[in-house]
Amino acid sequence: MNPAETTTQLGQPNATAIFFFLVFVAITLAITYWAARKTKTTSEFFAAGGGVSAAQNGFALAGDYMSAASFLGIAGLVATSGFDGLIYSVGWLVGWPVVTFLIAEPLRNLGKYTFADVVAYRLKQTPVRLSAAVGTLTVVSFYLIAQMVGAGNLIHLLFGLSYETAVIIVGAVMILYVLFGGMIATTWVQIVKAVLLLAGATGLAGAVLYKFGFSPLRLFDEAATQYGAEVLAPGKLVSNPLEAISLGVALMFGTAGLPHILMRFYTVPDAKAARSSVFYATGLIGYFYLVTFILGFGASVLVGRQAITGVDKGGNMAAPMLAEVVGGTGFLGFISAVAFATILAVVAGLTLSGAAALSHDLWSSVVRKGQAPEQEQLKVARLASLFLGILAIILGVAFKGQNVAFMVGLAFAIAASANFPALLLSMAWKRFTTQGAVSSMLTGALTSVLFIFLSPTVQVDLLGNSSALFPLRNPGIVTIPLAFMVGAVVSLLFPEQESAARFAEVKHRMHVGEPQPTPAAAPVPAKPDAELPVPAATGSGAEA
Amino acid sequence: MSTNPNEEALEALAAARWRVAGVLTMTTLVAYLGFILLVAFDKPLMGRQLAPGLSVGVLLGALVIVAAWALTGIYMLWANGTYDRALHQLRGGK
Repeated sequence: MNPAETTTQLGQPNATAIFFFLVFVAITLAITYWAARKTKTTSEFFAAGGGVSAAQNGFALAGDYMSAASFLGIAGLVATSGFDGLIYSVGWLVGWPVVTFLIAEPLRNLGKYTFADVVAYRLKQTPVRLSAAVGTLTVVSFYLIAQMVGAGNLIHLLFGLSYETAVIIVGAVMILYVLFGGMIATTWVQIVKAVLLLAGATGLAGAVLYKFGFSPLRLFDEAATQYGAEVLAPGKLVSNPLEAISLGVALMFGTAGLPHILMRFYTVPDAKAARSSVFYATGLIGYFYLVTFILGFGASVLVGRQAITGVDKGGNMAAPMLAEVVGGTGFLGFISAVAFATILAVVAGLTLSGAAALSHDLWSSVVRKGQAPEQEQLKVARLASLFLGILAIILGVAFKGQNVAFMVGLAFAIAASANFPALLLSMAWKRFTTQGAVSSMLTGALTSVLFIFLSPTVQVDLLGNSSALFPLRNPGIVTIPLAFMVGAVVSLLFPEQESAARFAEVKHRMHVGEPQPTPAAAPVPAKPDAELPVPAATGSGAEA
Repeated sequence: MSTNPNEEALEALAAARWRVAGVLTMTTLVAYLGFILLVAFDKPLMGRQLAPGLSVGVLLGALVIVAAWALTGIYMLWANGTYDRALHQLRGGK
């Protein structure tokens, strides 16, 4: 099979791409308009009133997680180096079982909008929420920078728009979703995006496999014939086992500490829906990664490695170029629009979770000590979303041209070290204390940032020094155990009677769920009132 | 803590849930780290082709992905069935 000619419509304003993108934006803004009329309380703004079904949340979780980086990046990595891309796919997926087993349902039963609700449940509110907000906001900021810079570059490559225009469009549309439609709109944007992305990837893989009698093995074999049998064996990605394991644990436990993922468990009615939704999400994401693997090999065989790296050295354009080869400009346009939509949805989810940390954890709990009236909470939540949206645009422009790929790894490392240990200890360990939680979260966040700063990624690749003080590119294997240890030691050194005394209550609620107004004789169905618009002035503190 | 038999039963159920969750988490961890360690230490094995186009590495990688999903499925079945039924009985017996 001949690698296609190197001429491509990529990077030129593409009528189909613009058409599909405008259709996507029009549909999602219509959803936002509809959602805005249903968003009248903080619970609706941050948790869609708990009225999202397990299947819907499964798609939305998948939508939050399947970023353009994984779609374009992994396909590109497979196209240019074969098997190694699969190592990433596996790593990105194995965090999901951990979320299912350890996090999803306790989180749903104990919290309201943020993971800090769970950590702070039996501890002192102010210090815990302050440190949890530090963890959340650093994760969200680094993840946002990576997404915005990626958005600018990709859209520039795909549509030929200028970098700044692309960043501003993404930021502005995302602000509209979050500001007006809150979690209801964000959830539906994620669902639409997930369906589009899965359909686009499936269609593309189908078109590739059609040429190989629907046998992936024949495709892999063809790649091995063209580029040598090495494409099916581990290459240069994993040369240092310790490095591989460190990246592995950060990916595995980082997923269980990502604020925008954790927040989604509050949108479903109960623990059962929470666990079912992760099962759906894991299946969808796993399927997506397997399809991406096929796309990568398809691109290397049908487009050719030289053509791919000729357009973008990182190989990011492998999937769109493959679409053009198998389906012409129209398909290229569709896949480009899907990639754009993907970024848009991910940044919306991130911004909303950052806004929850700012308004729910910092403003309502720390500043107003839980006394803020409902209307004020909602107003602060919207202001926080607007602020974060504008900040995302500014950061996106400020980091133009910087190599920010490491920031996603950094975000996972912080999530795994700052958020996950404190979250798990607060749910499972009776003697965990306020000081333990605060020191664990701050240790995790600070050491992750510090070690990444001292790592070869920053010292050698970015700053051009000849060596780095910390040998590993991902600090997870050091910082995650460290955060657990600090949390445990500090808790044992400074015991807190009240925290231990209230553990029974935590345990009860973690398994049984919120206290029901009447003894439930049957499993409580989804709160029916969650779907109804609640009058705006339902008063303060009333849990919808 | 409490002498209430209901609380004790809940305690036992909670312990069972953590046990199941712990075992499944360890299984995931072992499968994943096993895969990574093979990638790191035995590249020739991972590159060996079982059939044209199907290397051990590709097969194992795909299997880890499928296994991760299957494990979440096992947990969901257990929790939605056995665990929820027991929990429901406890709540009903209030």
